[in-house]
Amino acid sequence: MPETPNSVVIHDLVKRFDDFVAVDHISLETHKGEIFGFLGPNGAGKSTTIRMLCGLLIPSSGRAIVAGYDVAREPESVRQNIGYMSQKFSLYNDLKVIENLRLFAGLYNVASDKLNERISWALEMANLKGQENLIVGTLPGGWKQRLALGCAALHRPPIIFLDEPTSGVDPISRRRFWDLIHKMAGDGVTVFVTTHYMEEAEYCNRLALIYRGRMVALGTPSELKQKYMKGELLLVECDPLGAAVEVLQSAPMVMDAAVFGNALHLVVPQAEPAIPQVKQYLAQHAVTVRHVEKIPPSLEDVFVSLTSERRNGKEEKAS
Amino acid sequence: MLARPQSAIVAEGLTKSFPGITAVNHLSFEVRGAEIFGLVGPDGAGKTTTLRMLAGVMPPDEGSAMVAGADVVRDPEGAKHHLSYMPQRFGLYEDLTVDENIRFYADLFGVDKGEREERAPQLLRAAGMSEFRTRLAGKLSGGMKQKLGLVCALIHRPKVILLDEPTTGVDPVSRRDFWRILYELIAEGVGILTSTAYLDEAERCHRVALLHQGKLLFCDTPANLKAKLGKGVVSIISSESRRVREQLEGVEGLSSLMLTGDGLHVVVDDARRRIPEFETRLKNAGIPFVAVRQVMPTIEDLFVDAVTARGEGAARRKESL
Amino acid sequence: MSFTRLLAVAKKEIVQVLRDTRSLVIVLVMPVILVLLFGYGVNLDLKHLPIYVYDQDGSQRSQDLLKRFQASEYFEIVGVVNNYRDLARAIDDGHAKMGIVIPGDFSQRAHDGRPAQVQALVDGTDDNTANIVIGYSQAVVQEYSSDVQLDWLHTHGQTTKPTPIRVETRTWYNEDLESSAFIVPGVLALVMSVIGAFLTSLTIAREWERGTMEQLISTPVTPFEIMFGKLVPYFVIGMIDVLVCALIALYWFHVPFRGSFATLLISSVMFMIVVLSMGFFISVIAKSQLAASQIALLATFLPAFLLSGFLFAIEQMPTVLQWITQILPARYYVSVLKKIFLKGSPVALLYADLIPLGIFTLLLALLATRSFHKRLT
Repeated sequence: MPETPNSVVIHDLVKRFDDFVAVDHISLETHKGEIFGFLGPNGAGKSTTIRMLCGLLIPSSGRAIVAGYDVAREPESVRQNIGYMSQKFSLYNDLKVIENLRLFAGLYNVASDKLNERISWALEMANLKGQENLIVGTLPGGWKQRLALGCAALHRPPIIFLDEPTSGVDPISRRRFWDLIHKMAGDGVTVFVTTHYMEEAEYCNRLALIYRGRMVALGTPSELKQKYMKGELLLVECDPLGAAVEVLQSAPMVMDAAVFGNALHLVVPQAEPAIPQVKQYLAQHAVTVRHVEKIPPSLEDVFVSLTSERRNGKEEKAS
Repeated sequence: MLARPQSAIVAEGLTKSFPGITAVNHLSFEVRGAEIFGLVGPDGAGKTTTLRMLAGVMPPDEGSAMVAGADVVRDPEGAKHHLSYMPQRFGLYEDLTVDENIRFYADLFGVDKGEREERAPQLLRAAGMSEFRTRLAGKLSGGMKQKLGLVCALIHRPKVILLDEPTTGVDPVSRRDFWRILYELIAEGVGILTSTAYLDEAERCHRVALLHQGKLLFCDTPANLKAKLGKGVVSIISSESRRVREQLEGVEGLSSLMLTGDGLHVVVDDARRRIPEFETRLKNAGIPFVAVRQVMPTIEDLFVDAVTARGEGAARRKESL
Repeated sequence: MSFTRLLAVAKKEIVQVLRDTRSLVIVLVMPVILVLLFGYGVNLDLKHLPIYVYDQDGSQRSQDLLKRFQASEYFEIVGVVNNYRDLARAIDDGHAKMGIVIPGDFSQRAHDGRPAQVQALVDGTDDNTANIVIGYSQAVVQEYSSDVQLDWLHTHGQTTKPTPIRVETRTWYNEDLESSAFIVPGVLALVMSVIGAFLTSLTIAREWERGTMEQLISTPVTPFEIMFGKLVPYFVIGMIDVLVCALIALYWFHVPFRGSFATLLISSVMFMIVVLSMGFFISVIAKSQLAASQIALLATFLPAFLLSGFLFAIEQMPTVLQWITQILPARYYVSVLKKIFLKGSPVALLYADLIPLGIFTLLLALLATRSFHKRLT
């Protein structure tokens, strides 16, 4: 794929801290106008990767081209062509809305003749027109989020990096925020998001699942659920739950069984044949079965399916 | 509200204000024994403040709370013997080993040596941490720290456990281990109150209370809540989701619409009726789509619906004045 | 009160101190450094003051006078010049604290029985030293002068030599006027302020900062158990340090010890409780370790250093400051220390110091116990 200014190309990227490998040979490419998600738990290597892509950390080996510039060789050029919104927003809480915007405009070298237009655009996009003089520290989380996005995009960069952008924000504000992201993507901006929140990943066009520095899966949310999920998921409502789960864990047709609220989730090789088998097995063990149905796996199920295999048999070596 | 003998927690009219904000606003709910109760809501909804009041580390301005049968507002110290509290920044001592941490909390709760030596290995095994007893807590991974925090909270066999966002940022496998331990505790009759900002985690709870700006939105099992929604949720998979949105915006029967990565997530009044209508519309407009099908509502759908309904209700009331 | 809980808190605190290298260094190495530093580094003695001479006379008499200066242990002639400019430069450069000029007609005048003068040029930048230098010089010259007068009387008819009145000084308690003996006992107070107040002030603040305090207060542990459990390790460490410093004072610096060991112990325990209470209180009110350590330094270490009488005599201070030292526990402890080490005072004479110290001990301990609440604000 050609390296157009709107893409991110990563090839075999590695970052080591002493003998700890934080990022372990990651390779991927994003398209223009794509919302790309980097999904994984805390400590998986997401923030480290983003920092390398922003030119803030030098890779130990491998290459990354962002907006057409090599992050290791031309970090300054990279930074001029990207927007970055960090976790917990990094706004100045004791400054006003308009003061934050002017500050970031200055930091991003927005030309003085474009200044007012861009600031006006950011306020419009963030739905903060008329609120310019409010102190940022007093704003609700959702407003800060949109303002932070505005500040990161003042200079209209072709690529924007968002690091855990919606942690803790209420769902309505989150949806509004993602509407903004989709609009920007529609205008051709590539958006690169990291998150540990599996459900937020559903907003992304494509996802890379990261675990312990490695990319364990790549694709659209639907692709991930189909291709990477080993087996299919069943929902079982029965009594008593505790006994049922123990019984099923040693059942031959069940790959994994876990309690989930008031029901059980089972992973089986194939749902259709498994349903009657499960019913029968449970009946044999004095468990009353009320309901069994196939349900679509969540991204968390996919993740567990991919990563528990890496742990089975090999003791987890905590870093 | 009368406290039944098997109630783990009874909160009545709990209120707490800070300068400029009412964090918790006359909150009342009940948690039973052998139940995992989820307190769900975004940052600032009042979850942490509520938990702190129930744990006896922050006195409420108004209201009462019974935890494990003890009045935690009037006699917090007495209640603390039977409850366990794991705050967001839980109290792991990074410069002590796993064993030393467990021992410290065991001593604080008066767990005698014999009981501790029997229970600690059990808990560690359930958490998958048996080989890490002599490791410094600071050197554990995030998921393991969380599990150790839970072990320390359980060493004295509390009747009630209060957890404040215990699985934030933790990898899914550790999260699963964590929840497995919680489900095993239920079998022993323990009452668990856990808070989370992840609406999907609420699905793992037996009952769920949604908090918004210090007030209770609703409180019931996830299944009942979804059934009460009275609306259908439709998922549309399409590569041209923006065009789909343009087509469907403002269409009759549609109450909310949200873009996802693969397509759209739409809340309608009657799924069975609207699905064929949508399909026809899209076909006529020449917009490609892979599927239009009904899916289960998520807790987030419930939340958004409830909050917007309140907003509309308030707006309607304003208009009628 | 539960002994198990208290012990659990104490054990945890000990382990944490032992595993924290920075604290360990403060605890073990710093007291020794302080004692050595003040024992050697601060020397208020004025001996072997360097002086330059400009002898315009060059006679037997002038040489006699100069020999007297040299013989005195307070002076040492380090340079001879033959003009004023070199003399002035020697003083400017700091090579000499004083320059002596003996005029050309010195011996002639003395022989004639006329008054003769000797000029002394003194470096006045440090007026304390300058005054002492002038005093010493005058004493040397005065003695020489009376000897000259007696000789004259003798050669001019007086057969019996009257003996002039001489002042003999004898210093009690610190015979050699060794400033180390004067300073080192007070260092114990300084060491205790650091261990007791500074280190302790971090303990509660650290738990708040690291986030472990919230969970701690949700357990049945009582404020008293927390306080006692946390302070016991610092108490033990502090007393060990005091012992070590006392031993260094006795056997390294040869500071005399004439009082009773029991009194030393009791007064040290009292002061230890004072500083621990202050440290704990500071830790409770300060919300961060940084604030706590700064407050501790300002409230305990600095006053102990400047105002306790350890280094600078209280009687020499301005009246306002003297009043202030009355509410400083360190002042009473330092006074007791000096009396025990150097004077060997019996307990009866120490009451004027021990009673105020005792009052402070009680007050501050009470303040500390009442200050900690198991609540989040």
